[in-house]
Amino acid sequence: MLALRVIVIIMLMSSGLWANLVQVGSAHSQTTISGGLEVTEPGDTLLVHSGTYQESGLKIPHQLTLIGRGKPIIDGNLSGEIITITADDVSIEGFVLRGSGLSHLDENAAVRFEESQGGRISKNIFEDNFFAVYISQSENCIIENNIIKGLAETESRSGNGIHLWYCKDITIRGNYISGHRDGIYLEFVEQCVVAQNHSTKNLRYGLHFMFSNHNEYNNNQFDNNGAGVAVMYSRHVDMENNVFADNWGSAAYGLLLKDIYDSRITDNQFTRNTVGLYSEACNRIQVEGNNFANNGWAIKIMANSMDNVFTHNNFLANTFDIATNSRQNFNAFNQNYWNRYRGYDLDKDGIGDVPFRPVKLFSLLTEKNEPALMLMRSIFVEILDLAESYLPILTPATLIDEEPLMRVNQ
Amino acid sequence: MTTLLKIIKYQLHDLLRGKWFIIYTAVFFLLTDGLFRFGGDPGQVSLSLMNVVLFVIPLVSIVFGTMFFYNSREFMELLLSQPISRVALFLGLYLGLTLPLSAVYLIGVGVPFMYHAGIMTGSYWILLLVGVSLTWVFTALAFLVAVLSEQRVKGVGMTIVLWLFFAILYDGIILFILFALEEYPLEKLTLILSMFNPIDLGRILMLLQFDIAALMGYTGALFSRFYGDLLGSAVAVLALWTWCATPVWLGYRAFSRKDF
Repeated sequence: MLALRVIVIIMLMSSGLWANLVQVGSAHSQTTISGGLEVTEPGDTLLVHSGTYQESGLKIPHQLTLIGRGKPIIDGNLSGEIITITADDVSIEGFVLRGSGLSHLDENAAVRFEESQGGRISKNIFEDNFFAVYISQSENCIIENNIIKGLAETESRSGNGIHLWYCKDITIRGNYISGHRDGIYLEFVEQCVVAQNHSTKNLRYGLHFMFSNHNEYNNNQFDNNGAGVAVMYSRHVDMENNVFADNWGSAAYGLLLKDIYDSRITDNQFTRNTVGLYSEACNRIQVEGNNFANNGWAIKIMANSMDNVFTHNNFLANTFDIATNSRQNFNAFNQNYWNRYRGYDLDKDGIGDVPFRPVKLFSLLTEKNEPALMLMRSIFVEILDLAESYLPILTPATLIDEEPLMRVNQ
Repeated sequence: MTTLLKIIKYQLHDLLRGKWFIIYTAVFFLLTDGLFRFGGDPGQVSLSLMNVVLFVIPLVSIVFGTMFFYNSREFMELLLSQPISRVALFLGLYLGLTLPLSAVYLIGVGVPFMYHAGIMTGSYWILLLVGVSLTWVFTALAFLVAVLSEQRVKGVGMTIVLWLFFAILYDGIILFILFALEEYPLEKLTLILSMFNPIDLGRILMLLQFDIAALMGYTGALFSRFYGDLLGSAVAVLALWTWCATPVWLGYRAFSRKDF
């Protein structure tokens, strides 16, 4: 069968139908990838056979398909960049890329796309790189099904797993990313889809958005990252069906929102985070159908957030449901399920007859005076909270769920 | 020394005859066992027990301690007519109460833990340590009050006020101080304030055992760094020990001068 395949390939090559297949490997005329690259013409395919190639600084200036057969390893030996692409329609598949060089001046990546269109990186394994995938000023690229593992130890000495800068229409799908500074970093990026990725154990954020409008991310899992997921200074971001879990530490968040406008957060799971959702200066966000369970604070919403709508969410076994830093509230909470709710439902329409106040006095006190947290779980605090819940004086009068649900919203 | 042991032995006999101790054991036993059956995981059980321990143990120790001291009045007068040193008598009474109280607590909480959880985690050891320490501290306070006050009603009233102060009012004062001095860096102050109340000290030592400490932000980090290292734990143990030794010593001083 193999012989047949070889014959077919040789026939194809000699007949010129699929003329330009360049093979690289110990058994071929080209034994190095850089040598192989030199003889390629635009539109060729470079087939690299298994083995370890100690190469870096590979430049791809024209359209090309790189295919690794048998997981060939390209080892950059921690010097500079491994592959730099400046052409359109280049695809890279099936390689193990290892050891792009750590630098404080250059953002060395295992694979970099520079001003390129239609690029594709799939089914590769990235190990111990400074930056793994770096895409700048490019469009219509796809990054899918890669495994990206870094060895990040400190933030200043590590790069991001997938780094996008000034890009448009990029799809990032099905990747596993761990051990980098930020798992996925997007800056000045438009119309991207980030889906089905698993970003875990990164030093800082699992996903980091900056100045990136009109993007969506869905069905991703972000867990055990240093500080969770951060979405900053962006508009029209859709976040759906993601899992934010186990981001636990004194400055860790499931999802940190800063200056986000007109976005949607729907059907996500926030589990066991210090702060599930943190919102600062965010306007017009629809938060709907999410589950907040076992967090320290389910939601921390600063008073500079306005016109956000929280509806049909479930709040289960959080230490604090909502914390805020003001008596003012300009957001709407409606028809959520709160497991702390003790009201009744006489007309049996599934909506409690008594409004629910999700802000405890103690959470307000600690927001104003952090050392007061030393009184957590003290009897005095429990008494204060109880008194305040019956006769609210200090907690925000308008932060109130008028129609709390009696049952968990499925 | 032998007189001390004899007095303790007599106290043990006396206490074990009462139904009181059986009830006290049963409460802890049933509570722990029940929490395991409903909740399951040992961390959660420790956390739930924490509230009970911090609330019930000081109250029971201090009230029961004063009652016990008043009830032993005739026994004391009888013994003091014999050639017995007052140290032996006072310590005998004190240890004769604290040892069984601690043992009963250890059994009530410990046995269900052993057959439900098997291995003892760090939080569990702290739970036991805090429970036993609070027993010793509040029994000592009870003795001090009982020695100082001849009148039974006044004495019991004072112990309840003391308990109220440590369990509830002290935290209110802390909150007041923290807000009054809002402008200043308060982290070190909170650390110091936590030392001056055995219940708060116990509560913080326990909270630090759970990952809840992360919620406490910078304060929590400071606390866990301080109490986490050797010096901090030594200071905490020393503070609890001082809380127990000081009232015992003051109580003994008053007791040795007391005219029966």
